[in-house]
Amino acid sequence: MSVNLNDARCKELNEEEKYKLLNQVISEYNQDENNLIQILHMTQAIFSYIPLEVQKYIAKKMNMPLSKVSGVVTFYSFFSTRPKGEYMVHVCLGTACYVRGGKKIMDKLKEMLGVDVGETTRDRKFTLEVMRCIGACGLAPAVTINEKVYKQVNPNKLQKIIGEYQ
Amino acid sequence: MVNLTINNKKVQVPEETTIFEAAKANNILIPHFCYMEGVHQIGSCRICVVEVEGAKTLQASCVTPVRENMVVKTNSTRVRKARKNIYELILSDHPKNCLGCSRNQNCEFQELGELIQVDEFRFEGKKSKEFIDESSASIVRDTSKCILCRRCVTACNEIQGVGILNAQLRGFDTIIGPAEDLLLGNSSCTNCGQCIIVCPVGALKEKDAIKEVWSNLLDPEKIVIVQTAPAIRAALGEEFGCEPGTLVTGKMVTAMKDMGFNYVFDTNFAADLTIMEEGSEFLERVKGFFSNQKEVKLPMITSCSPGWIKYVEHHYPDTLEHLSTCKSPHMMLGALSKTYFAEKMKIDPKKIFVVSVMPCTAKKYEITRPEMEHKGLRNVDAVLTTRELAKMIKDAGIYFQNLRDSAFDDPLGISTGAADIFGTTGGVMEAAIRTVYEIVTGRELPFEQLHVKPLAGLERIKTAELEIDKPMQEYQFLKGVKIKVAVTSGLKGAAMLLNEVEKGKSEYHFIEVMGCPGGCISGGGQPRPVNNEIRKKRMEAIYKEDEGKKLRKSHENPDIQKLYKEFLGKPLGHKSHELLHTHYTKRNKY
Repeated sequence: MSVNLNDARCKELNEEEKYKLLNQVISEYNQDENNLIQILHMTQAIFSYIPLEVQKYIAKKMNMPLSKVSGVVTFYSFFSTRPKGEYMVHVCLGTACYVRGGKKIMDKLKEMLGVDVGETTRDRKFTLEVMRCIGACGLAPAVTINEKVYKQVNPNKLQKIIGEYQ
Repeated sequence: MVNLTINNKKVQVPEETTIFEAAKANNILIPHFCYMEGVHQIGSCRICVVEVEGAKTLQASCVTPVRENMVVKTNSTRVRKARKNIYELILSDHPKNCLGCSRNQNCEFQELGELIQVDEFRFEGKKSKEFIDESSASIVRDTSKCILCRRCVTACNEIQGVGILNAQLRGFDTIIGPAEDLLLGNSSCTNCGQCIIVCPVGALKEKDAIKEVWSNLLDPEKIVIVQTAPAIRAALGEEFGCEPGTLVTGKMVTAMKDMGFNYVFDTNFAADLTIMEEGSEFLERVKGFFSNQKEVKLPMITSCSPGWIKYVEHHYPDTLEHLSTCKSPHMMLGALSKTYFAEKMKIDPKKIFVVSVMPCTAKKYEITRPEMEHKGLRNVDAVLTTRELAKMIKDAGIYFQNLRDSAFDDPLGISTGAADIFGTTGGVMEAAIRTVYEIVTGRELPFEQLHVKPLAGLERIKTAELEIDKPMQEYQFLKGVKIKVAVTSGLKGAAMLLNEVEKGKSEYHFIEVMGCPGGCISGGGQPRPVNNEIRKKRMEAIYKEDEGKKLRKSHENPDIQKLYKEFLGKPLGHKSHELLHTHYTKRNKY
C-alpha cells in the first residue's frame, strides 16, 4: 500500500486532498467490490467518518449501488456516518460502573456538552459514547477520553476533567 | 441422479437439486416463505427447515442440495415445532392490523399461517421498526410490515440491476431501504415496482390513487375520463378468479361504465398514434443518417416505459438524445382528451379529470413530471394500477364475472392489433415495423400473421434484421439496407444495450426497451403472483387480441386518420410537438 495514511491522520487535509487520497485508495484496491471493507477503513481514516456524500462518491467510483455501500457502512459499528470529535468521551456503563453511578455521570456529561449519546459537540471537540466494561471495575465508575482513563469519577469532578481539553 | 429418502419415500432426482425442489417434484410440499422459484433462494426466513438424518441442526431445504442416501423428514414433530416457532417469532415483529392492510386476504404470510395452522400468539415482543416512507410518487414502503425476506432486494439488484433496496443496519435494527436516511422519493429509484410484485406482505405497495379517483367520480361537476393500457385486459381477470391469460376487455369496459366514468377510452388508440409519431420520427432519423444530411442519433430508443426513462436519465444521461421524443401513449391520450376531445364535445377542459389504468407504478410518477402539462392542465390526473382498479370494481359492488361486454367510447376508443401488442415485450417494435415497412416499401410486412417472431418471447435480449428491398421512390436511400433492431425487457438488459450506445458501438438502428421483465404484462402494477408461466399466458392473450382484430396496423386506424385530418395535421407537425412529444432531464446517478 503506497498510500500513506499517516499523512491523512496527522495533517489537516482540505476536502480536495482528502478526495485525492480516497481516489488513490480506491485504485490501489482495483475498484473491486470485494475490497469494499478495506476501502471503507481507509476512508474513515481519511475523513474521520463516512458521510453519505462520501458513500455516494465511493459507490460511483466503484460502480456499485449506493445502498450496498451504505449497507456495509451501517452494518459494522466501527464505521460512523456522523462526524467524530477530536476527543472521544466514553462513559463506562458496565455493571460495576453502572451501580456506582455511571448513569449520573452520563447525564451530567450530556448536560455539560449539550449532546446525546453518539453525538458530537458543534465545535467538533467532543463525541459522547457509551462503553460496556473496560475491565477496570476496581476503578468504577470509569470514563475514558481518547486513551486516558479517569477513575472513580463523580459528577463534581467532571468540570475539571473536561476543562483539561478545552 | 441422486437417490434419497423423503418422508420414508425413496426418490431419485438430478444432482444439484435442493431438498425443497426434490420434495416438490415428488408431490411433497414443504411450507416456505422467502423462497421464490427461480428468483430468490437464500434461506433467510427458515420456514422451510427440514430434518436431515445425521445433521445436528435443521436445514433450510430451499438452499440445501440433496446428497446420495440422504434421509429427510419434512414433517416430523421436531420440524413442525420449529416451523411453528419460527412463524410465531416472525409474527411477533409484524403488525396484526390485517383488516386495514392492502394485502388482506392476498397475503403470503396469512396463507402460510393458515397452512401451518398457527392458532396462538405466544410471543409478544418489541417492534423493531415503524417507519413509513411515502416520499415516492409511486411506491410506499411500510417498514413495520417488512419481514426481511429480501425478495425485493433480489428483484431490485439481481433482476433489475438498479440496486436501490438493500439491507441497512444490522440485527434487530435491520431495515430494507435505500442508503441510510435516504428516502425512496429522493433516490434514483425508477419506480418500476418489481419490488412490489415480489413482496409477500404489505411492506411495499403502490401509492394509493383510489380515494382521489372516487372523490372525482362522485363530483357532479367533473367529467371523468378513464383509459386502460393494453396489458390490463390480459391480467385484470386474475383478480376475479379467472385463469391467467383470460381476456376480459369487454367486461372491463362495462365495469368502468357502471362505476360512473363518463367516458371509457382506450390507451390502445394512443398506442396507434404513438406508432404514427414514433415511426415518423424513426424515418426522419434514418433519412438523416443514410443521406448524411445531418447529425442524427441512432439507434433511436422507445420511450413508452417511464421506469426505463427514469433509469436512463439517472444512469446514462449522455444518451438522452437517443430516446424517441414521444410521450408514452397514455400521456398522449390525456393531452388529446383535454384538447381535441374537449373541443369536439364543447367541454371545458378544466372540468375534465383523466384517469389512466396502468399495469405500471412508474406511471404514477410520470404524471407528476413538470413537463407533462398543457396550458396549466395536467395531461393525466391520476393513475390506478390494475390491482387498484380491481379493488374499486369490488368496492362498487359489481359482479365482474357476470358482466356483459361493451365497447370503448368514440372518438378515442378504436385501436388496431398493433396497439394491443404494446403490452408485451417486442410488441412496440413489431407494431412499428408493421407500419414503417409499409410506408417505406408500399407493401405489407411479408411475415406470417404479421409477427416478427425473433422479437417475441422472454429472452433478455432479442434481435432481428430486416433488409429493405424495392423501396418507394422517396426512400431509395434505403435500398438494400439492413435495418437492425433489438428488443429488451427488464433494466439489466437495457443496461447492456446502453453500454454499447454510450460507447458509440451499438450496431442497431432501433431499440425497444420495456422496464419490466416481459414488458407491461408483468409491470409493477399487475396482479400477483407473477412468474414466467403467467407471463407467457398473458402474452398469448395479448397476441390473441391482436390476431382477432380486423385492422392490424396502426396507420389503418380510421379514427387516427380522422384525428390527423381534423386536428393534428400531420405526424411530427406543430400540434403533435405541442401535445404528444416531450423532453428528458439529466439526473445524477445517486
